[in-house]
Amino acid sequence: MSQRPEATDEGRRRLLKALGAIGAGAAAAGAGLIRWDLSALVAEAAEPAGGKHPWVMVVDLRRCDGCDQCTRACQEMHYLPKDQSWIKVYKMEGPSGMTYSLPRTCMMCESPPCEKVCPVKATYKDEEGIVLVDQQKCIGCRICMAACPYEARYFNFEDLPKTPATIGPATPEHPVPQQKGTVGKCVFCIHQLRFGKIPYCVESCTMAAIYIGDLVEDVATNGRETVKLSQFLKKNDAIRYKEELGTGPRVYYILGHGQDLNH
Amino acid sequence: MHHPSFTRTEIVGAAMRPMLAGRRYWIWVAILSLPVLWGTFAYGYQVSRGLGVTGLSDQFFWGIYETNLVAFIGYSYGGALVSAILRLTGAGWRAPITRIAEGTALVTLLVGAAFALVHLGRPERVWQFFTSPNLTSPLIWDFVAILTYLVATVIFFYLPMIPDLAAAADGLEGRAPRLERLYRFLAAGWKGLSSQHRLLDRALIGMAILIIPVAVTVHSVLAWAFSVHMRDGWHSSIFGPYFVMGALFSGVAMVILITAAARRLFHLEAFIGLVQFRNLGYLVMMMGPFYLYFTFSDLLGESYTLNIGSERLLSLLMVSSYAPLFWGVIFLGILLPTLLIAWPRTRTIAGITVASALVVVSMWVKRFLIVVPTLAVPLVDEHAAVKLYSPTWVEFSITLAAAFAVPALLLLLFRLFPILSIAEIEEESRPAEPVRPYAAGLHPAAESAAGAGEGGESE
Repeated sequence: MSQRPEATDEGRRRLLKALGAIGAGAAAAGAGLIRWDLSALVAEAAEPAGGKHPWVMVVDLRRCDGCDQCTRACQEMHYLPKDQSWIKVYKMEGPSGMTYSLPRTCMMCESPPCEKVCPVKATYKDEEGIVLVDQQKCIGCRICMAACPYEARYFNFEDLPKTPATIGPATPEHPVPQQKGTVGKCVFCIHQLRFGKIPYCVESCTMAAIYIGDLVEDVATNGRETVKLSQFLKKNDAIRYKEELGTGPRVYYILGHGQDLNH
Repeated sequence: MHHPSFTRTEIVGAAMRPMLAGRRYWIWVAILSLPVLWGTFAYGYQVSRGLGVTGLSDQFFWGIYETNLVAFIGYSYGGALVSAILRLTGAGWRAPITRIAEGTALVTLLVGAAFALVHLGRPERVWQFFTSPNLTSPLIWDFVAILTYLVATVIFFYLPMIPDLAAAADGLEGRAPRLERLYRFLAAGWKGLSSQHRLLDRALIGMAILIIPVAVTVHSVLAWAFSVHMRDGWHSSIFGPYFVMGALFSGVAMVILITAAARRLFHLEAFIGLVQFRNLGYLVMMMGPFYLYFTFSDLLGESYTLNIGSERLLSLLMVSSYAPLFWGVIFLGILLPTLLIAWPRTRTIAGITVASALVVVSMWVKRFLIVVPTLAVPLVDEHAAVKLYSPTWVEFSITLAAAFAVPALLLLLFRLFPILSIAEIEEESRPAEPVRPYAAGLHPAAESAAGAGEGGESE
């Protein structure tokens, strides 16, 4: 990781707007899927449209081969200890005995159970729907870990890996370096998105199985192609993991091998 | 109606025994303090190195610190019961043990509440409970409830002691000026006027009524810190009352245990006899089956849902890793003590004390079985191999320190304050007119037992 650019919303808006334009174009063309080049997209960026847009992810389980590249990229770029997998690839067994891989990020719930139980408001949801932890505030009581039905939260038990001096200071959006004695988790790489870049896991996925998208602009990209989100989800019968719990997860899964995610 | 009657000198003498005790007292204090010092060192080690020195992990993020929090605060319920509920029912037999019960409540509550700090990853930030509270968090409810309960418990320890403090100050006249000044100050101008008696009586009744909902609230919100989560074994509607019943059950047993120790150590046999043990024992005997019923109700529903998590949890509890602990609690911690008290042959001071010791230990284990096995059930890969949590020497040392801190702090507390409620015993042993209707309430034979209590019981 290089030094972080000046914090600004500009990059994010440009990414959004461009994603939106392309998504709309794709819809008009009735194509659903078009090729997409990230650098060209950022260059083409138009003025921000205003308004806030909830980020979502889509994971195409048909493509995931469980290589763990996403986990490694995330750990490396966020300077995580080896036992923290903010995106964790579970090796699952389906009802017919088949096996499949299930990458699990933070689900960025619309109604996050972790936020409700945090005694000191260290966990909060920002205006773009990203659930964040203010590690300057966290007292380390770990009740959020009890509340999360996805095992997405990690406690910093030990000293954290050394980070280069150019990185920091840590913010809830970019918690690098993390603070010992507090809880950390996936942040959807909101620090990347704000500068028009895609999350590390999306970027590193050799199978292009992970998409980052925007519900309002109705687009998503895996770094290689951009899709019109609503059509993509509908066409592929996307589901949300443990949707029945009512947390309103914002990560969609595309099944295809008889997985029983919503048991 | 016959009560053992004592002169004021006798009562005061007995009540001040821990204050005047010599070498043996300090040897006990020293012995009990050693594990506490070791545990304090272990906590210092934990603070400097972080929670990585514990056996906790991202899967078992809670362990025996949370067990201690629930268990020790639970032990404090015996005090609330003896001083509040038994006061309201006018149970005169409780007079010689009220001070011990209230002191036990205070000390166990302090020790239990300390674990709200000990379990934190960042204890130095605890002030954020005041500056940035999230009212939807069960931990904020815990915080408010425990603090309120602590204040109420201090008041409940203090109020009935006011006449005793005045008496103690009089007794010390000129001999220990600093202590005398302290007692004089705390006695708040008590002269034993009838108007003062009326006022104190009213205050005590008011506090007794107030402390009941406060106590119920504390263990309910502790329960809800578990039951609000979507986890098999925790997400249960019975958890509030289940925890309250468990706290009463273990709390009364704790009062019996401490009473037995104090009676032996300070030779209070003339004041505390079979009647106190038996009546408190009846409470334990009644609450044991109640607690068993709650446990059964909780697990029955769980066992019929047939989801993988419930199935794995029940198998862990009943047939695999945690089964020895689980069945140990059921048979040795609930059924055996109940039977020991129910059977007249073992309904002796020794028998009731053994039964209570079994309950006190088992109820700690039971809380462990509520906190930990649920976390052994994985949430995402539901078929993943079971991992177990094993606490480290740091956690064991701190827990042991907590256990020893209770008697150590009690010894120190009763060095400073009379171990018997002088005024209440005096009132109860006043001959001729029955001061209040003797509500033997729990057992009509208590009357005759009170008469025979002094020498009649076998130990």
